[in-house]
Amino acid sequence: MKRLITVAAFAASLATPALADWQATLDAARGQTVYWNAWGGDTRTNDFIAWASAQLDAAYGVKIQQVKLTDTAEAVSRVVSEKAAGQDTGGSVDMIWINGPNFLAMKDQGLLHGPFVADLPNAKFLDLTPTSPNSVDFTTPVGGLESPWRLAKFVFTYDSAHVAAPPETMADMAAWAAANPGRLTHPNPSDFMGATFLKQALIELSPDAAALQAPVTDAAFETVTAPLWAWYDALRPNLWRGGAAFPENQSVQDQLLNDGEIDISLSFDPASAAADIAQGLLPDTTRVFVPKGGSLGNVSFVAIPFNAAHIEGAKVVANFLLDPATQAHMQNIDVLGSYSVLDLAKLDDAAKAAFAALPTAPALPKLEDLGATLAEPHASWMTRLAEEWAKRYTN
Amino acid sequence: MRDSLPEKTLRAAVLVIAALALFAPIAAGLWHSASAALGHLPALGQSGPSIGPLQDLFAQPGFATALRLTLVTGFSATFVSLALAIALAAFITNGPARIVSRLLAPFLAVPHAAMAVGLAFVLAPSGWIARALAPVLGWARPPDLATVNDAFGAALTLGLVVKETPFLLLVILAALTQIPLRAHISTAQSLGYGLGAVWLKVIVPQLWPLIRLPVCVVLIYNLSVIDMALILGSSNPPTAAVLIARMFSNPDLAQILPASAGAMLLGLMAAASIAALWGGGHAIARLGPIWIRRGGRGAWAATLFSAVAMLGAGLLVLGALAMVSLLLWSLTWRWPWPMLLPESLSFAGWASAMGDFGPALQNTALIALASTALAVALAVAWLETQFKSGHEALIYLPLLIPQISFLFGMNTMLLQLGAQGSIGAVIWAHLLFVFPYMMIALTRPWRGLDPRYARAAASLGAGRLRQLWAVKLPLLLTPICAAVAIGVAVSVAQYLPTLFLGAGRIGTLTTEAVTLASSSDRRITGVVTSLQAGLPFAAYLLAFIIPKIAHRNRSALQGAAA
Repeated sequence: MKRLITVAAFAASLATPALADWQATLDAARGQTVYWNAWGGDTRTNDFIAWASAQLDAAYGVKIQQVKLTDTAEAVSRVVSEKAAGQDTGGSVDMIWINGPNFLAMKDQGLLHGPFVADLPNAKFLDLTPTSPNSVDFTTPVGGLESPWRLAKFVFTYDSAHVAAPPETMADMAAWAAANPGRLTHPNPSDFMGATFLKQALIELSPDAAALQAPVTDAAFETVTAPLWAWYDALRPNLWRGGAAFPENQSVQDQLLNDGEIDISLSFDPASAAADIAQGLLPDTTRVFVPKGGSLGNVSFVAIPFNAAHIEGAKVVANFLLDPATQAHMQNIDVLGSYSVLDLAKLDDAAKAAFAALPTAPALPKLEDLGATLAEPHASWMTRLAEEWAKRYTN
Repeated sequence: MRDSLPEKTLRAAVLVIAALALFAPIAAGLWHSASAALGHLPALGQSGPSIGPLQDLFAQPGFATALRLTLVTGFSATFVSLALAIALAAFITNGPARIVSRLLAPFLAVPHAAMAVGLAFVLAPSGWIARALAPVLGWARPPDLATVNDAFGAALTLGLVVKETPFLLLVILAALTQIPLRAHISTAQSLGYGLGAVWLKVIVPQLWPLIRLPVCVVLIYNLSVIDMALILGSSNPPTAAVLIARMFSNPDLAQILPASAGAMLLGLMAAASIAALWGGGHAIARLGPIWIRRGGRGAWAATLFSAVAMLGAGLLVLGALAMVSLLLWSLTWRWPWPMLLPESLSFAGWASAMGDFGPALQNTALIALASTALAVALAVAWLETQFKSGHEALIYLPLLIPQISFLFGMNTMLLQLGAQGSIGAVIWAHLLFVFPYMMIALTRPWRGLDPRYARAAASLGAGRLRQLWAVKLPLLLTPICAAVAIGVAVSVAQYLPTLFLGAGRIGTLTTEAVTLASSSDRRITGVVTSLQAGLPFAAYLLAFIIPKIAHRNRSALQGAAA
C-alpha cells in the first residue's frame, strides 16, 4: 500500500507541469505536524485520520494531529480570534474539514489561504468543471480555496424490524407520523443535520426549486417556503415528544434509534448504517432508504486558513486525501465507507480494480439505490430556514 | 516584628503575583467580551459602540423563556441541594457515620457531564427505570414521555442536585467543625427542642456565614452550566448559557457579537443573583429571630428533616445508579431495549481506549498535577502572608463569574501575548479555578491551627520557613492532601478553559469525553468517563491514605477531620 501511494504520488508529480513547485512543497513540508481541525464525534473518521498520519509520516515525514471539534465553527472562531489579535502567520489551525455555511463565512471574511487546489498533483483525478460538485459548495464557487476529500449524500436509516414500509417521500412523512405518533423526529435545525432535514423537504415541496440556487430574498423565502411550513405544521404534533423537544444532533438521534425510542434516523453517509451495525451501535435490522425524488448531496472539503503555520504540510495532506489508493481505502466499508470524490473515468485500470474489489454488507446500499443527487441550496437558505424554524416553533 | 520590612515585601510580592496570574486575565477577558457585546470587534470589521448586539440578542426566538428557564433551574437546584445537604448533615453528625462522608468521594470525582450521561440513561423513557417498569406496565416500545430534556428543566435540576448536594454536604461537614455542635444540640434538647428545630433555629444561622461563599459558587455554576444542560436540559429553547454557546458556534460569524452580549448579560445576572442571595440571607437574619423568640419546640421540624434527608438519600442512590450504569456500558457490546442488563459484553471499548486516550490521560494528569502544585504553593504563600481577609473576595472571582462571560475575551488576550495553544496556557487557566477551591479547602484549617505551635517553634529558634516546613505543614498534612484531591478533581473537570486556551490542541479526558458525549456511543463515553472519574478518585484515595501512613505513630492527628 505504502509503495503504491509513493508510486502514485511520483507518477502524479511527473505528470504535472509544476513538478519543481510540488517538490519544493514536499521539501518544506517534511517534519511538519499538520493540525487538522475536524469534527471528532465519529470514531471511524478519527481512526482514519490516525491511519493517514502514519502513512504520511512514512512517505513524506508529515504528521497529522487531529484537533477534535464538536462543531466546525469552533475552528472558524479560533481563526477569527487570531485575526482579531493580529496573528497573521503561525496560526494554530492548519487545516479544517469544512463545507457549506462555514466555508462561505470564511471566504467572505478573507480567512482562507489559496487558491491551492490546482497545485495538488492528484487534482487531475477530479472533475473540476465549473458545474461539478467539486467546484461549487452550496452554490458558492469553490475557487480552489478548498479541496474535496469525501462525498456526502443524505439518507434516512430505519429499523426494518419495526417499519415494514418507510415513507416514500417527504410529503408522505406527515401521514406516516400520524399513523406512528412519536416515532419520528429530526435534529434541532440549529444543527447541520436538522437543517438538512428541512432543506430536503423544502426542495421536494417548493413550487420553485430553481430559486433555491440564488441567495435568499424576503419575497422568494415567503413564497418558496409556504408549502414547507404547511407540511411541517401537520407533521410536528406527531413527532417524538410531541414536537416540543429535538435531539441535539445526528448522533443523539442515532442513539434514540438504537434505544428503540424512534424508528427513523438520518445520515449524510450512506454507509454509516452498515458501519454502525458492525460496531454494535445500531440494531442488525437497520436499513437505509432515500426519498423517491432523490436526496441532497455535497462534497466534504478541507481548507487551509490564511494564517496557517504549516501550509505546505496541509497541502501534502490534502493531496494525499485525493490519492486513488487513499480514496479506495476510505470507501472500504470496514474503514469509512464514504464514496469517492474522484472521477472514476480518470483512473487507471489498477485503481479502478481496487475500487471494484471493495467488500459489501447487507445494510450497505448499492450506488444505484441511492437515487438522484439534489443540489444544495445556496448557503443563505439554510441559515434563514433555521432562523425561521426557531421563530415559529420555539416556545 | 510581624510588620517588619521583608514581611511587607513578601506580602506585596504574593499579592502582585496573584493579581497578575489570576485577576488580570479575567479583567482583560471581561474587557474584550464587553467591547464585543457593544459591537466592537475589528476582526470582523465591526466597530462600536452600538446597542445592535443587545437588540439581536433579545430578538433570539425563545430568549425570554431561556432566561426564565436558567433562573428557575439555577435557583431551585441550589436551594434544593442546600436543603438536602443540611438535612443529610443533621443525620450524619447525629450518628457515628463518619464513613458516609467518605462515600461522597465518587460523587465529587465524577464530572458533571459524565453524571449527566449516566442519569440520562437511568431516567430516559428507554432507560433503566423504564426497562424495569416495562414488563409490569406492558410497554412493548419505550413510552413517549419527556422524562429527560423536559420543557420545565426538571431533569436538569435533578442532575444538578445530584451533583451539588454531596459537594455542599462536604462543605457543611467541614464548616461544622467551627461550631460547638454537640454542646448546642444537648443544651437545646434539654430545653425540649427536637433535632430538626435545633438545626433550624440554632445551627443553620451560625452555619450560613460559613457556607455562604460555596453556596454562591454552586449558584453561579448552576446558572451557567453548559454540558449538563445540553444532555439533560430542554432543547427548544435551551437554557440561556446553551443558547449563548450555540451563538458562539454559529457559522454566521456576526453572531459572536450578540453572543458576547449574552455572555455579559449572564455575568450581570450572576452578580444580581449573588446580591439577591446575600440580601435574602440578611433579611432572614433580621426576621428569623422573631420566629425563634416565639419559642416553638417544632416537633414538625423533625418530620420535615427526616423527609428531606430521605429524599436526599434517594437522590444519591439515583446518582450511584447513574455511575454504575456508565461502568456497565463501558463493558457492553450491545444493550438494547428492554433488557435490564447488557445483551453482550466486550472489552473492546477499554482495549481501544488504552491506545486512543493515552496522550489525553497524560495531558490530564500533567495539567492537574502542575496546576494543583502551583495552587498549593500560592495558597500557602497567601495564607502565610495575608492576615487580613479584605482581598479574599477577589480570590473567588473566577468562580463567581460565569466562565463563558470572560473566556472568549481572555482567549483574545492570550493570542496577543502569543501564549495560546500551549500546555502552559492551559495550566494557567486551570490555576484560575483550582486556586479558589484550594483556598476554600485550606483557609479554615490554616486559621484554626493553634498559633502556639509556631510560637513554640520560634522560641526554639526556628525561622519562618522552618516553622512552616517542620511544624505547620506536617500538622496540616490531612487538609493539604484533601485540598490537593479537590484541586485535581477541579482541574480534571475543566472543559471550556482547556478548549479555549489549548486552541483545541491540548486534548484531555474531559475534552475527549465532551466530544464523544456528542456522539452516540455510550460505551466509549462509559470508558472515558470512568477514566475521567478514576483520576480524581485515585487522588481522593491517596488523600485518605497518605496522612494515615504519615501519621501512623501520631495518634492525636489520626482523627483530624479531612
